[in-house]
Amino acid sequence: MLLALLVLALVAAVLAGPVLARVLKRWLARRSAARKGRPLAEDHLYDPGRERRAEHRARELLRSCVNDEEWAMYRDLGFIRVPGRHLGDTRRGSDVRRPPYAYLVYPHKPILAYVPDTAQLLSEYCVQFPDVSGDGRSRLPASDDVLAKWMALTSDEARVVGQANMHLVGRQLDPQRVRRDLWRLSEWERRRSDPKSVQTRS
Amino acid sequence: MKPGHGEILLTEGDPELREDEERLIGEFRRQLDEGMWAAVPTQNAGSGRREAMMVRSYTEIPPEAERVIFFPRAAGG
Repeated sequence: MLLALLVLALVAAVLAGPVLARVLKRWLARRSAARKGRPLAEDHLYDPGRERRAEHRARELLRSCVNDEEWAMYRDLGFIRVPGRHLGDTRRGSDVRRPPYAYLVYPHKPILAYVPDTAQLLSEYCVQFPDVSGDGRSRLPASDDVLAKWMALTSDEARVVGQANMHLVGRQLDPQRVRRDLWRLSEWERRRSDPKSVQTRS
Repeated sequence: MKPGHGEILLTEGDPELREDEERLIGEFRRQLDEGMWAAVPTQNAGSGRREAMMVRSYTEIPPEAERVIFFPRAAGG
């Protein structure tokens, strides 16, 4: 009986170990900060709502910057299509729905280049916006990442493409999933252009 | 935009006022010195579509711009 209790106590101690270590580490950090008279670093003050609030603000900022159609696309499908701009002057101003090539912008995933007319996948551009001032551990909220890519592509496409690592499609993005997204996009556009279609979201 | 936080208001003011403008210029330079990119949301005069304009100096900011958005510079992922 005593042996069983000892084994049980040992198992409980092992299981509680990581939790206790975390509590101890936090307590030591708090004590160290108090001794030095500094406020506690934000990383040690866990706030479960911080990321949610940051994402909420990011969505509002994105909505205020992009075109209404692009916002609706992101809200409904989770990505934005940005028309390619490396065109001759004669092609500029052509229908933005059918540019010679375009990009799909996903949050925290590579930018995908494709041909809208044929749905041919061209390449993926791996680009990120790292934290230059902090320790590099945190990243932008998802909607801020999309907005950063959108701003970079619409203002200086060559620059962002030049900074990115280009790969054939399939390195990080699943080609089947991308094709499915292109199909979803075409269906979404068809429904939007259909006056009989009921718009249920604003 | 700040990783882990999202949008943060850095400073605001009326560029017509000298004191405000100095503060705006100071913050603009500080952000660029920290390695951020600056962009201004604009509207294409031809197509009417919204887009962004990258600015590398304070003088490049269009007078009608209401805000400048700073975001970490792109790097290969």
